[in-house]
Amino acid sequence: MRRDAPPDLIGARVPRVEDPRLLAGRGAYVDDLQLPGMLQLDILRSPHAHARICELDVSMARALPGVVAVYTGRDLAQFLKPVPSAGGMQGFNAPPHHVLAVDRVRFVGEGVAAVLAQDRYIARDARELINVTYDVLPAVTDPGVALTPQAPVLHDDIGSNRAFELRIGNDTQAALAASERIISGRFINQRVIPGPMETRGAVAHFEPWEGRLTVWLSTQAPHLMKREFARYLDFPEHRLRVVAPDVGGAFGAKNNPYAEELLAAALSLKHGVPLKWIEERSEHMLATSHARAQAVEVHAGVRADGTVQALHYRLTADMGAYYHAITHIGPMMTAALMTGAYRIAHAATDIISVFTNATPTDPYRGFGRAEATYFIERTMDLIARELGLDVLEVRRRNLIRPEEFPCTTPTGHVHESGNFQLCLDRALERFDYEGTRREQARLRAAGRYLGIGIATHAWRAGFPSVPGGKGYVTSGWEKSTVSIDAAGKIRVVIGTSPHGQGVVTTTAQIVAQQFGLLPQDVRVIHGDTDAVAQGNGTMGSRSLVVGGSATLLAAQQVRAKAIRLAAHLLQIDPRQVVLESACFRDAGNSQRGIALTEVAAHAFAGPRDLPDGMEPCLEAAVLFEPANFTTCFGTHVCAVEVDVQTGAAAIRRYIAIDDAGRAINPTLVEGQIHGGLAQGIGQALMEGASYDSAGQPLAASLLDYATPKASDLPHFEVELTETPSTVNPLGARGIGEAGAIGAPPAVVNAVLDALAPLGVRHLDMPLTPQRVWRAIQEARA
Amino acid sequence: MNISLRVNGRPVEAVVEPRLLLVHFLRERLRLTGTHIGCDTSQCGACTVHLDGRAVKSCTVLAVQADGCDITTIEGLAAEGELHPLQAAFQEQHALQCGFCTPGMIMASLELLGRAIVPDDREIRAALEGNRCRCTGYQNIVAAVRTACERS
Ligand code: FES
Ligand code: FES
Repeated sequence: MRRDAPPDLIGARVPRVEDPRLLAGRGAYVDDLQLPGMLQLDILRSPHAHARICELDVSMARALPGVVAVYTGRDLAQFLKPVPSAGGMQGFNAPPHHVLAVDRVRFVGEGVAAVLAQDRYIARDARELINVTYDVLPAVTDPGVALTPQAPVLHDDIGSNRAFELRIGNDTQAALAASERIISGRFINQRVIPGPMETRGAVAHFEPWEGRLTVWLSTQAPHLMKREFARYLDFPEHRLRVVAPDVGGAFGAKNNPYAEELLAAALSLKHGVPLKWIEERSEHMLATSHARAQAVEVHAGVRADGTVQALHYRLTADMGAYYHAITHIGPMMTAALMTGAYRIAHAATDIISVFTNATPTDPYRGFGRAEATYFIERTMDLIARELGLDVLEVRRRNLIRPEEFPCTTPTGHVHESGNFQLCLDRALERFDYEGTRREQARLRAAGRYLGIGIATHAWRAGFPSVPGGKGYVTSGWEKSTVSIDAAGKIRVVIGTSPHGQGVVTTTAQIVAQQFGLLPQDVRVIHGDTDAVAQGNGTMGSRSLVVGGSATLLAAQQVRAKAIRLAAHLLQIDPRQVVLESACFRDAGNSQRGIALTEVAAHAFAGPRDLPDGMEPCLEAAVLFEPANFTTCFGTHVCAVEVDVQTGAAAIRRYIAIDDAGRAINPTLVEGQIHGGLAQGIGQALMEGASYDSAGQPLAASLLDYATPKASDLPHFEVELTETPSTVNPLGARGIGEAGAIGAPPAVVNAVLDALAPLGVRHLDMPLTPQRVWRAIQEARA
Repeated sequence: MNISLRVNGRPVEAVVEPRLLLVHFLRERLRLTGTHIGCDTSQCGACTVHLDGRAVKSCTVLAVQADGCDITTIEGLAAEGELHPLQAAFQEQHALQCGFCTPGMIMASLELLGRAIVPDDREIRAALEGNRCRCTGYQNIVAAVRTACERS
């Protein structure tokens, strides 16, 4: 009856249960789905950044055999509302964002016409047969220029390109005036493209006789989509099913209800047939959210010893041409976390958000927090340099100390707990900071330029519900249901929607641990709103922090009930029961025991065979709402050598010491950090979604948008500290975004440290060889 | 046009439009959807299959060009429900997250196995030049390929 006790599963490097089918090519991504009679939807997109549509002739396309329908923006506006944006928030001047442009296009890639055809080749042929005449208007893609009076205005009704303005923080004016010294700078966190390897896609299937609509969607939040699609389509939500099948990466770019996806659902309803829309990569570069796109003017009031007394940002945030669902949240999050890992008494950000003729922005791994970390960590280096202090000393002097938690920042964020020094000390020790500084001096004498970059990051994950919020992504709870079948195996239904994070495995670990089972005894179900009654989704490093906590609590409830039932069957006091290796034993008599399988089978009996008041079945559902955000933190240190002949920056060493709180599966935590580092280093050195003066994107395919390849990246040295969080029962902090947050400032600080002796004082990302080389030439001149 | 080829060891006959891409033929006609499409400019490698024993990007090959050829896709790799040693190494080293790039990564790195000298990390990274992953940061992919090479 007993088997060998399974190892402790919390903190175990369990191989992922998700993997075998993905490895065997048996995954099921949205484009893999083929339904009988399915039509293909294709979108014609604007080649201009800003233009009036003078003529739109779809007659030739309509006449092509195999074409079922062609729609223009005007056609659709007859029966479709504008797409939801800016979370439906009060006070936001959200301009209408039509499913397809009506009379005017505002960015390259905006949809202009839609074709419904029998297959993708015919749809493409039809797309080519649509004739559009545009009256090209002046465009503006630089947010700074967009605010000038001469700039072309995108939305006539708003009258200017100002999207919204907001101040977050306390008084900084007096504090700055009273500071010993004011140090000023300007930093840009450039526009980038999240770029999951799977583009977006949807299959929509309306079954009129059942009155049921199913949408398979490459999304990170099927439940949010279900609510949003129902509201948008005025379709009864209880008859709507959204399925996130296997999703090939998302990184924040797949939690917006996009125009094409809503259109696919609307047209399936209208035509009563299944249809598929799959985004091509070159469409993806234009039509899926871009991200970051923030710039700050910094004024820091400091003492000569490096203490920061006051900090003020004027932050310009580029919204793109329209709001996506939570575009407006990015700069607010940056402002809320502007003080980073530091204790700064006076801090405030004045946000100016701007519409430009560019792709709308929205979340990307580290949303708002990567920007905040970049700005404060660059500021710390600037302060050190201006005051002639070591970058380490300035950080140490301002870092929040372990005894200062919980710590409320002037921008209203509460850091719940942490130990920032621990990560910093460990990083420096592993890096051999002093030794590397000596090495740097030696190399410099030999004409080689090595730089050291440090970033201490502190941010937040696992958001709680927004008070009074009824908008998009304002619910912070997550739900989990744990049930044991008659054979003693477990099914867990979770409301998050993992797509690479490994949450199926960590969920199985958490639950199996409670019963002394193995992870393979637990099956995890997610991503289908017909199978999962309620949930929110996977975003903001919340899956384990919030969802995992719901799972833990549900498993504990089921465990307690099983113990009560076992005690009843053994006729002992529940406090006498020890549960180990899926067996309940009598603590007073080790010979007596009953297997989980037996207890589980018995739980299906009628109430008369159960303890008084106990309901049949071993099952519990828990909805967990976090008390606050978790504080996530760490220190990244890297050494970068710059070849001054070519401007190329090569990362010699990269150390990331991050605190995930309780790490359920360290291998998966490290994997998350690796992936984030790759994206962060990509942003620092290679990636940038820039536009020319006419608003034409300069990076519209993977040919000219440089996501890192294997040979572009170093070997990462990743280590975890485990300081348990105080705001959830798991003690987890959320780790999904640490790499993408820490890497850009660490790398840029290192490159600028390398170039300091040459007189290069400032560079904006991406630090491409060309940009670095030019800066060296200018400094020499 | 008529084509006849072998796919994962099985003979296949089909009538195809001359412009049909091999990747669409495999995915949509043969329902071998393990081969993925990640781009439209031959940059990502998600569509990598073996054509007469050599790794090719099936998005840049027409189905008609595969006439008379022997194709292996990711589905042809795991014999009788057992993962191929390279696939097993990917799981062991946590070399996949979302899994979208994975079939292409595996088909591309298969060529490195069974060589007299085990490639070092730099060579493995160079060999993966045609394949992109946005999830893993490549470190564990490199480790998986190295592990499989050491064992082959
Ligand atoms: S699909 Fe990207 S290279 Fe073939
Ligand atoms: S595992 Fe997601 S792209 Fe490689």
